Amino acid sequence: MSGAALHPPSGESRFGFWRRTYAMLVKEFIQLRRDRVSFAMIVMIPVMQLMLFGYAINTTPHHLPAAVLLQEDSDLGRSILKAMENTAYFRFTREVSSVAEFDDLLLSGKVLFGVEIPRGFERAVRRGDRPALLVAADATDPVAASSALSSLGMIVQTALAHDLYTGDPGSPPFEIRAHARYNPAASSRLNIVPGLVGTILTMTMLIFTALSVTREIERGTMESLLSMPIKPVEVMLGKIIPYVLVGFLQATIIIGIGVLLFGVPVMGSLLLLALLSTLFIATNLSIGYTFSTLAQNQLQAMQLSMMFFLPSILLSGFMFPFLGMPQWAQLLGECLPLTHYLRIVRAIMLKGSTLPNLQHDTIALCGLMLFAMTVAVFRFRRTLD
Amino acid sequence: MTGAGPAEIAIDVKGLSKSFGGREVVHDLSMQVRRGSIYGFLGPNGSGKTTTIRMLCGLLTPDDGEGTCLGFDIRREADKIKRRVGYMTQRFSLYQDLSVRENLEFVARLYGMPNPPQAARDMAQRLGLSGRERQLAGELSGGWKQRLALGACTLPNPQLLLLDEPTAGVDPKARRDFWNEIHALAGEGLTVLVSTHYMDEAERCHEIAYIAYGHLLAHGTVSEVIAQSKLTTYTVSGDDLRGLAADLAGKPGVDMVAPFGTSLHVSGRDRDALDAAIAPWRDKPGLQWQPAAPSLEDVFIDLMNRSRDNFQ
Repeated sequence: MSGAALHPPSGESRFGFWRRTYAMLVKEFIQLRRDRVSFAMIVMIPVMQLMLFGYAINTTPHHLPAAVLLQEDSDLGRSILKAMENTAYFRFTREVSSVAEFDDLLLSGKVLFGVEIPRGFERAVRRGDRPALLVAADATDPVAASSALSSLGMIVQTALAHDLYTGDPGSPPFEIRAHARYNPAASSRLNIVPGLVGTILTMTMLIFTALSVTREIERGTMESLLSMPIKPVEVMLGKIIPYVLVGFLQATIIIGIGVLLFGVPVMGSLLLLALLSTLFIATNLSIGYTFSTLAQNQLQAMQLSMMFFLPSILLSGFMFPFLGMPQWAQLLGECLPLTHYLRIVRAIMLKGSTLPNLQHDTIALCGLMLFAMTVAVFRFRRTLD
Repeated sequence: MTGAGPAEIAIDVKGLSKSFGGREVVHDLSMQVRRGSIYGFLGPNGSGKTTTIRMLCGLLTPDDGEGTCLGFDIRREADKIKRRVGYMTQRFSLYQDLSVRENLEFVARLYGMPNPPQAARDMAQRLGLSGRERQLAGELSGGWKQRLALGACTLPNPQLLLLDEPTAGVDPKARRDFWNEIHALAGEGLTVLVSTHYMDEAERCHEIAYIAYGHLLAHGTVSEVIAQSKLTTYTVSGDDLRGLAADLAGKPGVDMVAPFGTSLHVSGRDRDALDAAIAPWRDKPGLQWQPAAPSLEDVFIDLMNRSRDNFQ
């Protein structure tokens, strides 16, 4: 200590500013190097996300699932279906025999298009009656539907080329009546507002709980908590339940604004929407809580949440048509709660779907929630070992 | 301690060991604590006190060893131990953003007490915190935080208190009040295990154990521990003690030279060797030599020096 007087404090010198900045910089680098998980994420996040989204995202989706209601079996009918498939926009996955089944498939979102070839169609064409062929599209996502619908004009010509139909080239022998269901004006707002409900809820709910356990560890309160007779499940439920109410309030605000300001309808049951939204909120909270049991500090918990949030936006069908993604990306998307909730919230608000139409997505949400909770309970460390 | 039946023993552990990252923090530690006693747990920083306490209340799993706490197995019955033990952590670990009342109510609810608000009010009153019930715990001064933490861990009426350096960084008045409270609690039949490195606090314990580098080096009452050390100590006062200390240090027979205010403590484990070593200075004018009983601090520093030789 006595030697200190011999050297003037270096901070006083002309280079004090840079020296102190340098000291801070070195310290930050050392700390960054110690936090291996963060360091790994610095490299992993951009690589993974670029590979993932670069290959998965496609704004002009092809091979969209379609159903056909074939009320007569004719050569002309089959040529038309063939011509539709040849556009590469449609892929006929189901053949149904009743209008009810046809509507049901569209309501549950299993197909995006339905084609109805009416009874006596071929004969009417031959007679020159110019019958109509119905193509119903699920237009809740206008992006997915529009390019496919705009291709329909060419189909008439292609189909007839095969059938050697000779008639007045100026007036086509039949008309295609495209029916954009649920969103006839193809307003993207109708699609985006319900989507925003899910996206906003994902972001806020995830972050509420993602910090909850790491915060207790960093503030030192975890030691006290662990020395008291409380079980991991009790800690988890105690931390999740309050935010279910917060999330419910938030959902009410977003949906309220969507209906009042943006004129988005709620065609289906408000009660069902509330129930399934609560389920979705609880699922996200569970996943956030799981992240907080996996992360070692709050920064890592935030990074994990971001890594989950980005695919949720890009692969769930919020920004890009879900069915336009390659198979593997769709599989990934199925693991995200937002994918299922988007189907639910769009279906209830725009299509008026009921629970039986949505049972697949409801079960998926329950499954994801239980899975996250199970991981969290097992990951929660009951000791300081 | 031998002959005490299990009903009179609160803590009974044998051969506890714990390593972190290949470094053994606690080695083959055995101890017994009688019910209703205040047991002082002494040792330098990093000696394994906190780790031992955490193993006792189920927060850490021992790598080796076994034992019981309040009659429950520390490995298999941590849940039962947690219900009956109050653990006060070294670092303040209540919720800083909750008020005094809210913290106490939280603890009362967690332990399933019948009327949490009432229990919290009563405890705040007992702690002398009645006027500060609505204050946030994070805004309390160090001494009050300590009292609140003690209140929180005694609230569910535990049978055993584990206090990890409860008085570190607390002023002398608050420390004295704290110890009076601990004696009052022990008087009510509570067993208290308290770790500290203040020697004066050791003297307030019924029994003490000294731990260094993970090894339990001595235990018993204060006078037993001093007697066990077989240390001979002289107090020297006079001129140029700094020079004398430098001369004596390292001489065969002199195990320890330590300044105490205006005097010097010179100690050795072998009385004859010590006498021989100090003989040249014994009759030097200006120095007064007096045989003295070794203090607990002398004993502990000697134990620590010896254990450093043995274990490092």
